[in-house]
Amino acid sequence: METATLEPTITKKGFKSEEYFINMGPQHPATHGVLRLLLTIDGEVIKKVEPDLGYIHRSIEKMCESNSYQQIVHLTDRLDYLSSHINNEAVCLCVENALELEVPERVKVIRTILGELTRIASHTLWWGVLGMDVGALTSYFYGFRDREMINDIFEETCGARLTMNYNIPGGLMEDIHPNFVKRVKEFIPHFRSKLPEYDRLLTGNIIFQKRTKGVGVLTKEDAINFGASGPVARASGHSCDVRKYHPYSALDKVNFTEILDTAGDSFARYRVRIAEMWESLDIIEQLIDNIPDGDHKVATNAVIKLPKGDFYQKVETARGEFGVYIISTGTKNPYRVKFRSPGLSNLSLLNHIAVGGKIGDLVATMATIDIVVPDIDR
Amino acid sequence: MGYFSNIYHGIGTLLTGMRVTGKYFLNARKGAITQQYPDNRDTLKMFERFRGEVVMPHDENNEHSCTGCQKCELACPNGSIEIIWDRVIDPETGKKKKAIDQHIYHFGMCTQCGLCVDACPSDAIKWAQNFENSVYDRTQLTRILNKPGSKVRAGVEE
Amino acid sequence: MNSISNIIDWFINTGVLNMAMIALIYLTVFAVLGLFLVLLERKVAAWFQLRIGPNRVGYLGLFQTIADALKLVSKELTGTVKADKFLYNLAPYFVIVTSLMALAVFPFTKDLQAFDINIGIFFLIAISSIGVIGILLGGWSSNNKFALIGAMRSGVQTVSYELSVGLSLLTMVILTGSLQLSEIIEVQKSGWLIVQGHIPAIIAFMIYMISGTAETNRAPFDMVEAESELGAGYHTEYSGMKFAYFFLAEFINMFIIAAIATTIFFGGWLSPFGITDSLPWMGLLWFLAKTFVLVFLMMWFRWTFPRLRVDQLLTLEWKYLLPINLVNLVLMAVIVWLNLTIQI
Ligand code: SF4
Ligand code: SF4
Repeated sequence: METATLEPTITKKGFKSEEYFINMGPQHPATHGVLRLLLTIDGEVIKKVEPDLGYIHRSIEKMCESNSYQQIVHLTDRLDYLSSHINNEAVCLCVENALELEVPERVKVIRTILGELTRIASHTLWWGVLGMDVGALTSYFYGFRDREMINDIFEETCGARLTMNYNIPGGLMEDIHPNFVKRVKEFIPHFRSKLPEYDRLLTGNIIFQKRTKGVGVLTKEDAINFGASGPVARASGHSCDVRKYHPYSALDKVNFTEILDTAGDSFARYRVRIAEMWESLDIIEQLIDNIPDGDHKVATNAVIKLPKGDFYQKVETARGEFGVYIISTGTKNPYRVKFRSPGLSNLSLLNHIAVGGKIGDLVATMATIDIVVPDIDR
Repeated sequence: MGYFSNIYHGIGTLLTGMRVTGKYFLNARKGAITQQYPDNRDTLKMFERFRGEVVMPHDENNEHSCTGCQKCELACPNGSIEIIWDRVIDPETGKKKKAIDQHIYHFGMCTQCGLCVDACPSDAIKWAQNFENSVYDRTQLTRILNKPGSKVRAGVEE
Repeated sequence: MNSISNIIDWFINTGVLNMAMIALIYLTVFAVLGLFLVLLERKVAAWFQLRIGPNRVGYLGLFQTIADALKLVSKELTGTVKADKFLYNLAPYFVIVTSLMALAVFPFTKDLQAFDINIGIFFLIAISSIGVIGILLGGWSSNNKFALIGAMRSGVQTVSYELSVGLSLLTMVILTGSLQLSEIIEVQKSGWLIVQGHIPAIIAFMIYMISGTAETNRAPFDMVEAESELGAGYHTEYSGMKFAYFFLAEFINMFIIAAIATTIFFGGWLSPFGITDSLPWMGLLWFLAKTFVLVFLMMWFRWTFPRLRVDQLLTLEWKYLLPINLVNLVLMAVIVWLNLTIQI
């Protein structure tokens, strides 16, 4: 990292002020993982934020080139681990599209339900951690309490709480657990009763509002220019929900509204996510009673060979648009795989929106951008 | 007047927040969501699909159903499974037949993805639900799944 | 020979030995009290957060805090290489000594008061502002930027909020006409001050609790150690016993802030409606009960509210608390002048 020359500046009152560097991370409570932020600060005011990546780079894209298409799926668990189900789904959809394979309706519906549950789980965790970042430690546990119910649903059906790997090209690894529907139906009213509590504890809180309103403002133009997606872009008024524009799985059969806000500040991002949880609950409720009967997968060859060509599939994870781009030469391994992760482009605008704020603002902004570091460092 | 209504409103929101936490404080006796982990070992039961560790079930005759087809070895993304096999002469038919010598499972490398269990045509391996997997030496994580002296159950074909 | 016995006589006559004894007793009692406040805080936090809290060491985890103390004592003292060693080592003592000194003036019962100084409140305010020097020193000398930011924040914070603490107590002093703590309690025999002074007293109490929380650097005013921003703030580079001093001081300070509020607003050791006046030792229980209720209130704040930002902290003080406080002071003066106080 090059060091810029730091010129002492004379402010108009005659005081000498000096900028200095400070390393936030790679091990810092607010960076949510091994991300290093090189801050240039003047007193408390942030002059520049340089994210420094690479601390947990595992070259997953390169690994994919030597793995079969079934094996790639489980690697995407390790990207954005809070949306692992949706990531898996993206790869599976991409492979299925390339094979022109039509999966049963049942699979589509189950995938969508699980995807929305993943989104809620991710957002509850984000909510808890956001509270912790702005100093309200208690919200963390309330968020986890609700997330735990979803994790139980996942564990019972998929066999794991975080790295599910439940999707396979052609369907699902196993059929849903007999308790699945019952548990989801228990969860919906439970969470409906807890969400207003989230509002009472944090949303309405005057300190919280002061900490987030007008902090880290992202304009719609910048959101588009930086390639932001997900709740971050939607909070700036950029309508970009992949679920609306390119519905996949069973999302074309459900009614939901894309949550938009225009303020573009941290509080708008907060509001969008809270509202998205309500929407996700609605989506699940529409589908949970109508899971069609049928098989949980269609048979594929044991060795999947994609036809020659490029294939792209995008989905909406809890953080934004996740894309899978596969170039195939017709062999059993992909020639090249590229993941378009929402975290990287969302992080890239951090410098743009955090400059001029205080350290506390940076933490609040980081928390509402909601990055997951393994998603950025693939 | 905005000044005072701000204060009034601000204090109101703070009290609302305190009501939420206060409610939980009063119900603290029954509300704990945390697990008392080592104490509840006896009652702690994982879900039956929980992926803890790959095991190979043996029946009472010390027989398993692994034919040595190596599908699991192929399916595994990270080479956690190694199958050492041999051709043995089937005593009944007198034909040569593939049989496993050792089904080696490197638990330390396994990502619990479940592809091997999914790939196995004869359901010879399955998931165990144990989760306390730490050991002091990682060589202990390399396990031979078929028990010594075991053989493939009759009738299980590749 | 004669001169030595003279010196011994002098010691005995002037009570230096007694003083040392009392000081030792106070030290021990309050060190233990501080430790158990830590335990209380952890338990209370757990109950707010749907957890159980420490429950492994001893019955219901009661010895957890002793175990922690032993751990801290036996830990290696590390520090940064380029730290200013002298100041670095001095800082924890500033913090702990000032907070222990403040304890001397509290009247726990009618007779149990180590030092009945006639400027009691003034002494408390003065002492409580020395502690910040320790924090500043610690942050400055440990040669760590996070610690430095924390220390600077603490300086800003304490300088501002001291005003509010002082002014809100001054409001009450108008009512009592004395700075001496024992006398203040005497005045309250005809009704606790929060009742006597009604509206301005309640406003003063609220301001006092807010600024008192800020004085102790506790959430929502824990900018000084804001763990999600600064790691650990000013004590980032301290370990072992030196860290324990900071930690203990924080909890003793919390007790002090609550004890001041008890003495000034809630009648100190006086029982409500004089129900236990015949048993003077009950005063201690009343004092502690009232104090712990206030300590609990501060814990409740901490585990509910998000942290303020550093500029909002100053806005709160200079735009809200200070003007209200000044108006409140005048209001109180008018009320006392017109004899509108409520006397029971
Ligand atoms: S679970 Fe996955 S990683 Fe583990 S042995 Fe089976 S295929 Fe390999
Ligand atoms: S465990 Fe199953 S897949 Fe693996 S070699 Fe044996 S029979 Fe084949």
